[in-house]
Amino acid sequence: MIDLAAALGWGAAATAALSVVMGASQGLGWSRMSLPYLIGTMFASDRRRAMQVGFLVHAVVGLVFALGYALAFDAWGRAGPWVGAGLGLLHGVFVLVVGVELLAAIHPRMATRHEGPVARRRLEPPGFLGLNYGRSTPWVTLLAHVAYGAILGAWYPVA
Amino acid sequence: MRPAVRHLEAAGGGAAARFPPIGDYALIGDCGSAALVARNGAVEWLCWPDFGSGSLFAAILDRERGGAFEVGPTSAACVHRRYLDGSVVLETRFETATGELRLRDCLAATAKGGSDVLRPEHLLLREIRCVRGEVEVAVRCAPRFDYGRRAAAARDRGPHGVFFSDRGAVVVLRSELPLTLRDGAAGGTARLRAGQRARIALAFGRGEPVALPLLGEEADRAFDDTLAFWREWSARCAYEGPFRPHVLRSALTLKLLTAASYGAIVAAPTTSLPEKIGGVRNWDYRYCWLRDACFTLRALFELGYMEEGGAFFAWLLHTAHESRTRLRVLYTVMGDSPGRERELQGLEGYRGSRPVRIGNAAENQLQLDLYGELTAAAYEYVRRGGRLGPSSARLIARLGERVCALWQRPDHGIWERRGDPARHVHSMALCWVALDRLLAMARDGHLCAPASRFARVRDDIRDAIEQRGRSCGTYTSLFDGETVDSSLLLLALYGYVAADDPVMAATYRRIRRELAHDGLFRRYRSDTEDGLPPGEGAFGICSFWSVEYLARVGRIEQAEDDLARLCALSNDVGLFAEEFDPRDGSALGNFPQAFTHVGLINAALAIAEARGTRPRADVARQGPVPPRGERPQAAERADEL
Repeated sequence: MIDLAAALGWGAAATAALSVVMGASQGLGWSRMSLPYLIGTMFASDRRRAMQVGFLVHAVVGLVFALGYALAFDAWGRAGPWVGAGLGLLHGVFVLVVGVELLAAIHPRMATRHEGPVARRRLEPPGFLGLNYGRSTPWVTLLAHVAYGAILGAWYPVA
Repeated sequence: MRPAVRHLEAAGGGAAARFPPIGDYALIGDCGSAALVARNGAVEWLCWPDFGSGSLFAAILDRERGGAFEVGPTSAACVHRRYLDGSVVLETRFETATGELRLRDCLAATAKGGSDVLRPEHLLLREIRCVRGEVEVAVRCAPRFDYGRRAAAARDRGPHGVFFSDRGAVVVLRSELPLTLRDGAAGGTARLRAGQRARIALAFGRGEPVALPLLGEEADRAFDDTLAFWREWSARCAYEGPFRPHVLRSALTLKLLTAASYGAIVAAPTTSLPEKIGGVRNWDYRYCWLRDACFTLRALFELGYMEEGGAFFAWLLHTAHESRTRLRVLYTVMGDSPGRERELQGLEGYRGSRPVRIGNAAENQLQLDLYGELTAAAYEYVRRGGRLGPSSARLIARLGERVCALWQRPDHGIWERRGDPARHVHSMALCWVALDRLLAMARDGHLCAPASRFARVRDDIRDAIEQRGRSCGTYTSLFDGETVDSSLLLLALYGYVAADDPVMAATYRRIRRELAHDGLFRRYRSDTEDGLPPGEGAFGICSFWSVEYLARVGRIEQAEDDLARLCALSNDVGLFAEEFDPRDGSALGNFPQAFTHVGLINAALAIAEARGTRPRADVARQGPVPPRGERPQAAERADEL
C-alpha cells in the first residue's frame, strides 16, 4: 500500500531539488532548458505569467511522478538512493528523448523544427536531447532527474 | 541641430576614419537598453540585457575585437540621417552613384498587454530599402560577448536563424537577405533594385528558450508599433516654448536612457568615450547618479511626464532607503553598487584612449551635495502635489540628520576629484539647500523634522560659506580658496542666493571671464589639480547652467543667443555628449549624456518662464502620477516607502 503522505512529501523535496539543479544550470549559463518556462508558455505568452503557471504545473507534475516512483518502489519491495537514482536516470533519458520532442509537437507557441517561426509559434524548439538549449543540457537534465530519484529512493519508506 | 552634412563616406574607410567622431553616432533604444549606430549604418555599441551589461557590439572601443552589426552600401555614399518625427526610429539615407538606400533602425518597443504573442527580451529591427536605382548592400553581424573578450559560439539553424550563444545568453539573427556564417560572423551581399527591401532582426534571450525574431509583415508591425509608442509618448510633451524641437529631442533621449522597469535614468549608455582624445579620463557612465535627481525630476515634471517623474522619484527613495541614508554617489539601475572599478585589458580604446574602464570608483566618494540634491528632488515632488508616505517622510528627514553630522567634513565635491577631499563651497551650499528644503517640507506638513536644530545648522552653514567661501567679492570653489568653478552657478539656480545678488553676479562674471570660451564653459581651470593628467573639454551642462542663470537675471536675449549657439553644436540628430571640444565644438566624453540634455531642457524652461510662456495647461495642471513603472515593483517599493 503506497504511503501517500511520504510520497507527496518527499516528492515535493525531490521536485525542489530538481528545480534547484536546473535553475542553477541556467544561472551559471550551462543550459537554457527551463521546464517551468516551456510548460508555462503553453498557457500564457507573458513571461512572468508563464513562469508562475509553469512552476505550478511543474510542481504538480513532480508530485504525480513521485507517486509513480512510490508505486515502483512498493512493487519492487525495495528503495534506496541508488535504486532511486537509477529510476531517475531512466526518467531523465525519457524526458530528453521523448519528453522534449513530445513537448515540441504539442506546444502551441513553439516553432516547428523545419519551418521558420510565425507570430503564434516562435518559441525556439529544443532540438534532439534539448541540445539547442546548450551543449550541457542533456547532462544537466540527467543530473537533475537522478537527484530527484535519489531523494525519493533514499527517504521513501517501502512497506 | 547641425544640418545633415553631406559626407562622402567610403564603406570600410581609411585609417583616419577607423573611429568615427563621437558625434557621428545616433542612439536607439527600448527603455532598457540602447545602441549607438554610426553614420555608415553600423551598430557599434550595444549592451544586452541591461545598460550595465557586458557589450555585444563594442567596435566604438575596439575596431577589431569589439564586434559590430553593419548594414549599408558597398560603395561610397553621401549620408543623411534623421529620427522619424516624434520618435527614436532612426532613418539613414545612403546616396550612391547607382542609387539610393534607406535604412531604418530601432529597438522594438514592448507592446503592453493585449497580445498573445511571445516576445524576445530585446529585439533590434533593421529594414533596408532601395528607393532609387540599384545598389549593392552588404550585411555583416559579428557579435562579441563581454566587451569583445569572448567570441560567440555561432551556429546556423536554417529557418530559425543564426544563433550566437555564450554562457546562457543567445542572440538570434534572421534576415531576408541570404547570409552565410564565416569566422564567427554572419554576412553577405545582395543587389537591391528600386522598391525592393529586406528586413533583418536580431533577438536576445538568456537563461530560457528564446522567442525567435520575425520578419515580413510581423517585422513591419513591430516597426509600426514602435513608431506609435514613441509618437504617443512625444505627444504627451507639454512644452510649447522656445527651442521646442531641441527640448523634445532631449526628452526623448532622457526616455531612451531610462530603465523603465526600475524608473532609473543612466547618465549615458556608454563607457570610456574619452574626455580628451588619447587621454586617460575615460569613465563608465552606465549608472545612475543621485546628483542628477532634482534637475531631472524638474525637467520631467515641467514637460508633463508625471509618470516617468514619479517612477524616477520612487527609484530615488528606494535607493536612499536601501543605503540607510548613507548615500552613494551612483548606483546601477537596480539600485545596487556597480562594483569595483576595473580596467579592461586588450581593448584599444576609442582612438587609442586607454584605459577602458567598467565600474566607477567615484561611487565610494563622500559628496555632500547629494543630500541637497535628493532633498530638493523630494521638495520638487511634493511641491507638485506628490505625497510622501510615512516611511519616506522619515527617510527624507533622516537625510537632514546626516547633513547636520557631516557638513563640516571635507568631500570630493561635484566634480568627483580623485585627489584629497576638500571643503567645497558648492557642497556646503547644497547642505544648506537640504536643510532649507526640509524645513519648508516640515512647515507644509509633509514630514516631521527638528526645525530649530535644522534652522540653526542651516544658518551656521550660511555663515561659514559667507565667511570662508568668498574672496575678492565672489564665491570661491573651496573654503579659503581663490579660484572659481562652474558649480558655483548652481548657488543661484538652487536658490541659495538670488541670481541678481551682487556677489553672485560678480561670481558669474568671473566664471564667464575665466572659464568660458565662445559660450562654452569648462568645469574649472585646466591647471586645477584634480588628481589626473590635465586635459578635458568644455562641460555641456555648465554651459546650459549659464543660460539658465542669464534667463533668471532677465538677460533673456543673451540667454537665447547662447542657447541657440549651444543647440547648433548638437549632432545631426540633436544629441549632445558630456563635453565639447572648445576648439571646434565637437563631442567629447560619453555619449549621449543625460545630464547635458537635462541642462538643455531646464535652460529652455527658464527662458520660457522669463518670457512668460507656460507649459500646456491641460497637461501641466496634473500633479505627479503616483509612481507606476512599467513593472509593478517600482510602485510597490514606493508604497512601501
